[in-house]
Amino acid sequence: MATKTDNNRAWLFVIPVVALVAFNALVPLMTVVNYSVQETFGDNLFFWHGLGWFEDILRSERAHAALGRQMLFTAIILVIEVPLGVAIALAMPRKGPWVSVCLVLMALPLLIPWNVVGAMWNILALPDIGLLGHTINAMGIDYNFTQQPIAAWFTMVLMDVWHWTSLVVLLAYAGLISIPDAYYQAAKIDGARGWAVFRHIQLPKMNRVLTIAILLRFMDSFMVYTEPFVLTGGGPGNSTTLLSIDLVKMAVGQFDLGRGGAMSLIYFLITLLVSWIFYTLMTRNESQ
Amino acid sequence: MARIGLSKLSHSYVPDPAAPADWAIKEMDIEWSDGGAYALLGPSGCGKTTLLNIISGLVTPSRGSVLFNGVDVTRLPPEQRNIAQVFQFPVTYDTMSVYANLAFPLRNRGIPDTQVQARVREIADMLELTDQLGRRASGLAADEKQKISMGRGLVRQDVNAMMFDEPLTVIDPHLKWTLRSKLKELHQRVGVTMIYVTHDQTEALTFADQVVVMQDGEVVQIGTPVDLFERPAHTFVGHFIGSPGMNVLPCEIRSGGAFFAGRHIPVDAGIGVPKPGARVELGVRPEFTRFADDGVPVTVIRVADAGRHRIVETRAGDTRINLLVPETAEVPTGDACLAFDPAHTRVYMDGWVSEAA
Repeated sequence: MATKTDNNRAWLFVIPVVALVAFNALVPLMTVVNYSVQETFGDNLFFWHGLGWFEDILRSERAHAALGRQMLFTAIILVIEVPLGVAIALAMPRKGPWVSVCLVLMALPLLIPWNVVGAMWNILALPDIGLLGHTINAMGIDYNFTQQPIAAWFTMVLMDVWHWTSLVVLLAYAGLISIPDAYYQAAKIDGARGWAVFRHIQLPKMNRVLTIAILLRFMDSFMVYTEPFVLTGGGPGNSTTLLSIDLVKMAVGQFDLGRGGAMSLIYFLITLLVSWIFYTLMTRNESQ
Repeated sequence: MARIGLSKLSHSYVPDPAAPADWAIKEMDIEWSDGGAYALLGPSGCGKTTLLNIISGLVTPSRGSVLFNGVDVTRLPPEQRNIAQVFQFPVTYDTMSVYANLAFPLRNRGIPDTQVQARVREIADMLELTDQLGRRASGLAADEKQKISMGRGLVRQDVNAMMFDEPLTVIDPHLKWTLRSKLKELHQRVGVTMIYVTHDQTEALTFADQVVVMQDGEVVQIGTPVDLFERPAHTFVGHFIGSPGMNVLPCEIRSGGAFFAGRHIPVDAGIGVPKPGARVELGVRPEFTRFADDGVPVTVIRVADAGRHRIVETRAGDTRINLLVPETAEVPTGDACLAFDPAHTRVYMDGWVSEAA
C-alpha cells in the first residue's frame, strides 16, 4: 500500500506567487474595499459606515448619468471601430512591398501616449486655430467642442476611432493572412463570391482574433480616462463626464474616499461582469 | 464530363523567361480522354501542382491553351470551367454543417432546394457520410473532412473533371488505403475524368490508368503503370518508380554494342549512334538482375530483408548495382558475378532511352 507523504515544504514554492499577487492586486484592492465601508472626517479618523456608500452610489443620479455616458461611449466605439477595422484589414494588401508600409502606418497611432493624443486633438479641434475645427467652421457648420455637447462627443469619438481602430485592424489582419490560399481557391471553384467568401471563410477564421479585439476595445473604452479628460475635461457642463472622469473628480477632487471607493468597486465589478459575459457568449458560440 | 487537352502549353512565374530554368512548365502536348483516371507523378517542385492549377483555371498559362472537349477554356475562371478540386489540406467551411458544406456549391449556383436535398443525400450515401450530415464540419477528423471536399466536387452533376492535389498527405497511414479504394470505387461509379497529383508512386500506380511522370517542368513519360515499370523512357522514370529504382551504369558503345566494365552487355533493342559528348548509360531494374556463374564481376556490400524478397547491394568499381532476389535464394558473399536480362536492359543517351537509328 502506498502511503501519502506530507511535505509542507512544497508551500515554499507557492509563496513568491502569493506575494506577487498580493502586492500588485489584493493589497491595493483591499485598501479600496476598506475605504468603501468607512466614513472619515480627516485627521485619519475612520468610522464604520457599512454598505451605506454603496446604497448611496446605486441611488445617485449623478453616478447613473456618468455610467450611462460611459456605456454610450463604449457602444459607439464598438459599433464604429470593429466593422471599420475589419473593413480596413480586408482592404489591405496580402503580399508585396505595401504590406509593411500599411502595417507601419496602422501601428503609428498606437505608439502615441494617451495624454499626447488628447492634447493633439484638443489643439486640432479648436474652432479658431485648430486645423480640424477651423475647416469645419469654414464649411459653414457651427462647431465648437468646448461649448456644444454634440461637438464634444463627436470629437471625443473621432479621437478614439483615430487612436484605436488600428488595434482592430492589426488583429483582424493577422487573422486574415493566416487563411491558406486553398480556402479561397476552393471557394472560387464552389462558385462562392464576395459576401459568401466573407461570411463563410474570412469571418469564421477571424472569429478568435475578433473576440480578443472586441474584449480589448470594450475594456479599454469602458475604462478610458486620459484622452477625453485632456480633450474636454468632462465638459461642456457634465456632457462628457464619463464614469472614470466622475470617479477621479469624486475621489481625488472632492476627496470623498468612501463614495470613491464604493464607486470603484462597482465600476470594477461591472467591467469584470460584462467581459465575462462577452467572453462566455463568444467562446460558447465557437465550440458548438 | 470532358476530354481534356493541353496544346503547346508552357508556363513561367517570371515575367520574361529566358533560361530553361525560368519555366515552371516546359512546352507540352497532352490529350486525356473522357472518364479516365490520370495521375501526375513527380518529385516536389517538378511543376505538377502548377499544371493542375492551370487545368482548373487557378493559374493562367504563359503560352498555349487548355481545351475541354476541344473548346478553348484557357482564359475562363475556375467557376466557369465546371471542375472540382480537392486540396492537400482539407478545406471545409467550418461554421457550416456537413450537409450545408455539400450543398454549398449547388446553392451558389441557384439550384432549387428539393434538387439540392436529393443530390446531397445521394452523395453523402456514396461517401458514407449520411450519419454525419447534421454535424458541424469543424469537429471532424482529417479523413472525413477530405471526404467532404470530394463530396463538394461530386454533388455537381455537370462537373467536367475532378482534380486531386496530393489529397492523402495529411491522412493517417491506415486510412489512406481505405480512402484510396473509395476514390477508385467512386471513379468507377460516376465515371468523371479524374486527375490526381502525387509524389507517391504507390498512390499514382494504384489509382491511375495512365501516369504522367514529370521532372523539372517537363513530361518525361506518359504510360500505364506497367509501361513505366517495364519500359522506362528516361533514367529518371526508372529511378523514381520502383523500390529500389533502376540501376544506371555508365557504358561505352563500340561497334554497335554496349560495353560495361569492359564486358559486352546484350540489350533489348537496337542502339542509336550517340551524339559526341553524350552521356551514355545502361539501365536495368534490380528485378531483372541476377547472380550468374559468368558475368559482370562485383563485390556484395550488404543484404537487406524486404519481406518476400531481399535487396542485395553490390559494387562494380564505383558503380552501385542492386538486385532483388527471392527470400529463399542463396546470396553469395564477397566476390560474385551478375547477369542482366537482355529483354529489360536498355541504353540511355543523355537520360533518354535510345532507339535504333
